Amino acid sequence: MSNVSGNRSDDLLERVLPGSILCDMANDPVLTFTDKGIFCPAGGFYIDPWRPVDMALITHGHSDHARGGHNRYLATEAAMPVMRHRLGAIRGETLRFGDVRRIGGANVSFHPAGHLPGSAQIRVEVGGEVWVVSGDYKTEPDGLCEPFEPVRCHAFISECTFGLPVFNWTPQPEVMAQVNEWWAANAAAGRTSILGAYSLGKSQRILANVNPDIGPILTHGAVEATNRVLRGQGLSLPDTVWAGPDITAKTHPGALVIAPPSALNTPWAGRFTGASQAFASGWMAMRGVRRRRGLSQGFVLSDHADWAGLNWAIRATGAERVFVTHGYTQVFRRWLADQGYDAGIVETEYEGDEGETEDDIEVVE
Amino acid sequence: MIRFATLFDTLDRTTKTTVKVAALAAYFREAPEADRLWTIALLSGRRPKRAANSTELRTWAAEAAGIPLWLFEEAYPVVGDLSETIALVLPPPTGTSDLPLAAWIGSLIALIGQHADIRRRAILDAWDQLATNERFLYNKLITGGFRMGVSQGLMVRALSQATGHAETELAHRLMGDWTPATTDWAALIESADPAAEGARPYPFALATALDDPAALGEPAEWQAEWKWDGIRGQMIRRGETFALWSRGEELITDRFPDFAPLAQALPNGTVIDGEILAWDGNRPLPFARLQKRIGRLNVSRKLLAEAPAHLLAYDLLEEGGIDLRSLPLAERRARLEDLLNALPAGLPIGPSPAIGFADWEALARTRATARAEIAEGLMVKRLSSPYHVGRRRGDWWKWKLDPFTVDCVMLYAQSGSGRRANLFTDFTFAVQDGEALVPFTKAYSGLTDAEFNEITRWVRRNTLEKFGPVRRVPPELVFEIAFEGIQASPRHKSGIALRFPRMLRWRRDKPVTEIDTLDSLKALLARHS
Ligand SMILES: [Zn+2]
Ligand SMILES: [Zn+2]
Repeated sequence: MSNVSGNRSDDLLERVLPGSILCDMANDPVLTFTDKGIFCPAGGFYIDPWRPVDMALITHGHSDHARGGHNRYLATEAAMPVMRHRLGAIRGETLRFGDVRRIGGANVSFHPAGHLPGSAQIRVEVGGEVWVVSGDYKTEPDGLCEPFEPVRCHAFISECTFGLPVFNWTPQPEVMAQVNEWWAANAAAGRTSILGAYSLGKSQRILANVNPDIGPILTHGAVEATNRVLRGQGLSLPDTVWAGPDITAKTHPGALVIAPPSALNTPWAGRFTGASQAFASGWMAMRGVRRRRGLSQGFVLSDHADWAGLNWAIRATGAERVFVTHGYTQVFRRWLADQGYDAGIVETEYEGDEGETEDDIEVVE
Repeated sequence: MIRFATLFDTLDRTTKTTVKVAALAAYFREAPEADRLWTIALLSGRRPKRAANSTELRTWAAEAAGIPLWLFEEAYPVVGDLSETIALVLPPPTGTSDLPLAAWIGSLIALIGQHADIRRRAILDAWDQLATNERFLYNKLITGGFRMGVSQGLMVRALSQATGHAETELAHRLMGDWTPATTDWAALIESADPAAEGARPYPFALATALDDPAALGEPAEWQAEWKWDGIRGQMIRRGETFALWSRGEELITDRFPDFAPLAQALPNGTVIDGEILAWDGNRPLPFARLQKRIGRLNVSRKLLAEAPAHLLAYDLLEEGGIDLRSLPLAERRARLEDLLNALPAGLPIGPSPAIGFADWEALARTRATARAEIAEGLMVKRLSSPYHVGRRRGDWWKWKLDPFTVDCVMLYAQSGSGRRANLFTDFTFAVQDGEALVPFTKAYSGLTDAEFNEITRWVRRNTLEKFGPVRRVPPELVFEIAFEGIQASPRHKSGIALRFPRMLRWRRDKPVTEIDTLDSLKALLARHS
């Protein structure tokens, strides 16, 4: 694996691909939308493709964006270790944030998306025209990953998982204060606190911001495995104990257990008798969703931009054309068109990591 | 409002009735009297008149949020609740308020009849002082439909814990036409009320499902009756007290003014167990007719005339003030018939007829005709049995008809609301009509959460068209739908309407080519109407 970016002539990613020889740079758009994913004709690469391709540029390691089976991968330095952990032996190269790599007729660079450590927006420039693919992003700094940076562009392909005006996040410090309060109250009452959070991203964000003085922190195997990878690349997280089979409410009284949402209300969680279970997700903003999960508590904490965040981010790009994907696309497109944007929809197979699908979670035990 | 919002959050976050009752009881002990009274009023379906209609609320909320109305309207079905949608789209409040619940309601009442500008200003001001959860409740005060996941029964239990009065007595006290404006805590809850004390019902005896009547032995030891499809009720006349209780021990006297003449006509000290039905003069009307009346606090004269209520009596529990429940059924039944025969004609009550039968096979043939009688099946009761408390296996059996079923294919999916807001749970189904598929029913229950999850993923990947919250999908997923009845319906394209349709199974094993046809449903309709 090479961490060196730039101009190495033998770089595998720099070779012009047969497909792109045929492309007509004057007329082709910088990016096109195919049934394999977002494609750059000038560079011959795909971004977050969902069917096997030769060259895949990956925004981040969530399973709906980083899929297996591609011939070559390019991602940020901080995103690659998790991708290797999840996808096994892949042929991949990394790029530092902000460094430019020439691929065929395109200049490519990665910019922080603020979604999780290493998550990137991908900037593609062909003949002076700049398009940016947002991947998943949030605009509030979370104290863990590289904060979102708006990138000026002509066309912006934006996710809109929470693209409705009912989604307005409470600032993270307030939400984390609620989490601390809940945990402390449970600990005082002798109850375990089980907090459902996606094993990549949300779990570490909570770890990085929770008050570790309240009690011991236990982790589900899926969370602990991801922690190990991220600690290995230099991320600092408070001490956690893998909740192996011998660990119970008795061995670690008053503990906070961080587990994938799919482990809530299962026999795995059942060993912490009398525990209070909660879920941290943007969807917890809706009462109906909280009730469906039968949880006593939901914390509205999302790694995606809220309504104001999406609008701010789009404005900050200066783009005139915006394509939306991944969420309430029809409504959000119409809203953007109302605001004077040339707005379209990209049909993708990204399913979201916010509880829309629970496939994302590998339950280890 | 903060105290009330905290109560609501506690009730909302638990499914444990003990926790709910404890939280409510604490509230009834600690909250100001006016707030308690309003909470009781809200939980028993009484609410202030509307200070604003839903269109005004939507318009003002969209305005305050700085979004166009169409965008508000798109968000509403996703959230599934108007009050919540408004609470979520509004910008954060710039102030706070510690006004109690009753004061907020007072300010809403004061707005009634005012010019729209004044009401708009007041409501925007209120929104700007309330946190999201308080706003949600404030909006509910305006739009009505307060549920809070608390039945009237649970509320009464909590009130009983807080006050020390018996539940049945409290339920009776809360009856009738009061509002917090016309009474106070002392008068409603604490003053002496002998009528309330006399309304105490007996626990209902319940039956167990029967599979094979042959196991019951000698037919002569049993009595059969129709299992009517109405509302099981207990009617009480003791002195000046007249009360009608539903099986959920909800006091429903006020919902059925039809029975008022019985308050005088029944002998003093009478308690009857029976079924409340909509009545055409000689026989029951389909349940749908009664259903129109359920849930309405004030039954209009028109509804009273269209679906007059009638009690078909099953059992006599008290006569002349004496508890008869330990007597054998045969004896109670004889006394019941004597009592009813002695009543003047034209009253809305009669005995539920006993069905004679020589052997179990003959009874099975009778059962098969239940739908024509507008019954759900049969009740089979041991003639020597006492009136048990609750469900006791062995003496009382219900022998229901099997539901109808139909195999059909999903055409449209819609996301649920409330508990299932981000899942596709409401489906429209079609049967075959020649080459075409004809939609004929909707159903939204019967599958597990895991199945709804899986179908939701499938719908997302296979959407052909979106119309607001509705998605058209390829006709590929086959389901078995169960239903209780079928009616002709000119309003529907298929010409039929089903009663109580629900998904019995997701038929992954069945190809679309093998689903049922419209002709087979029409044949069923011809046989059963
Ligand atoms: Zn993601
Ligand atoms: Zn995603």
